[in-house]
Amino acid sequence: MPLYYTQDHEWIDVEGDTGTVGITDYAQSQLGDITFVELPDAGSSVKKGDAPCVVDSVKAASDAYAPVSGTVTEANAALEGEPELVNTDPEQGGWLFRLTLADAGELDGLMDRAAYDEYVAGL
Amino acid sequence: MSEDDDQFEELAVEVLPLDAWHRARGGRMVEFAGYHMPVQYEGIIAEHLWTRGNAGLFDVSHMGQLELSGEGLDAAVEALLPIDLSTLKLGMQRYSLLLDETGGVLDDLMVSRWPESLYVVVNGATKWDDLAHLREYLPDEITLNHLDDRALLALQGPEAFAALDRHASGEYPLSALTFMRFGRFELGGAEVSISRSGYTGEDGFEISLPAEAATRIADLLCGEPEVKPIGLGARDSLRLEAGLPLYGHDLGPDTSPVEAGLTFAINKRRRSAGGFLGADRVLRELADGAQRKWVGLTLEGRQAAREGAAVLAGDQKVGVLTSGGFSPSLESPIAAAYVATAQSAPGTALEIEVRGKRLAATVTPLPFVPHRYHR
Repeated sequence: MPLYYTQDHEWIDVEGDTGTVGITDYAQSQLGDITFVELPDAGSSVKKGDAPCVVDSVKAASDAYAPVSGTVTEANAALEGEPELVNTDPEQGGWLFRLTLADAGELDGLMDRAAYDEYVAGL
Repeated sequence: MSEDDDQFEELAVEVLPLDAWHRARGGRMVEFAGYHMPVQYEGIIAEHLWTRGNAGLFDVSHMGQLELSGEGLDAAVEALLPIDLSTLKLGMQRYSLLLDETGGVLDDLMVSRWPESLYVVVNGATKWDDLAHLREYLPDEITLNHLDDRALLALQGPEAFAALDRHASGEYPLSALTFMRFGRFELGGAEVSISRSGYTGEDGFEISLPAEAATRIADLLCGEPEVKPIGLGARDSLRLEAGLPLYGHDLGPDTSPVEAGLTFAINKRRRSAGGFLGADRVLRELADGAQRKWVGLTLEGRQAAREGAAVLAGDQKVGVLTSGGFSPSLESPIAAAYVATAQSAPGTALEIEVRGKRLAATVTPLPFVPHRYHR
């Protein structure tokens, strides 16, 4: 299950043609206490760079972007009652949505963990 | 260093006396009002709830501390502020407003009666403009002293008294201070001025102290089990729950005191007699009412609305949000807005536009969370 990362601090975990998307631990630490997450509907199509999610923290509302294009298959229903999962478990239980990839080639432009860690260290 | 560098230095973000102290305690620093300030330590919600349940220490040294003195002081100040200084006795503090010629709010501030002077605390972001305004309008006989060698700390919360009382000593006990009273005390070996006031809706104190003593006193207070340092993030969520306006957001030159619901700051004698800058508009609105009012809004659901969002009644835009966010105490989003007076009654159902969606909201009496002042 290769993991890829974006410069906007999303991760995508790819298995076959399905990707699970979330925000990184670094992103949640910058946002602070998360109080609400607006999630995309299953069946909606997203393009790479679209903002299908809004992550509301006590401080501000922030977009979460789609790392790749595809069709949303599922949103993380647990976040409705427990948005703080994005703070406590951002890279596992706090995932945002799943999608069917439209073009696996779009993954080529993303970072692996080592590259992402280096990117964050430079911020 | 070239001249250009000098100019750049002047614009650089400034450092407050507790800068290193905040960083050592894990404060996440942001630029605010021209200073590096801690926005949070462990997290806004935890800090907010800690303050409501225990006591929080806030560094508000960015605020302007001014001392006004001189012949004819009261009359000179009353020409600018809608305050009645004849009823402000030694040891008393009062909330007032700096108004412009048209009745717009230039700043909100606290005025205290010192033995030979008036002590005024103004907002950090507006202090330089306030100083210019006061120098322009006050007569030459009045001396305006910017006490920029002093730090300002606020200790807020139900346990604030217990924590501070262990360390403050003076002519009379700390318990003699009730809400909006102040006195001189010794704290951590320094001469300080303490008022029983704050910006959270809780019982608490604001402590003016020499900058050189700031680290020592902050350590002393945070050494108490009830006290944790609290950042600007929780300061904002606490004051919004308490229904207290934030200058530059809820108040500004475009808002009048009557619209903002701050008529209590127009002292009784001044309401009939006027004679302060901006009185024409203020007295007219006191008599006839204002076109719009600053109100609280409680939102349905979990999604917050922010400053600038439109407030709608049906298809009609009836107002705009000036503050908004998630209330940690109520665990729901709250907001404040100027809305047309016709839509300002408590219980009025309105909608707020957020990212193309409409969120249901209800006009709610302020404060959202009851004040617990020690009167």
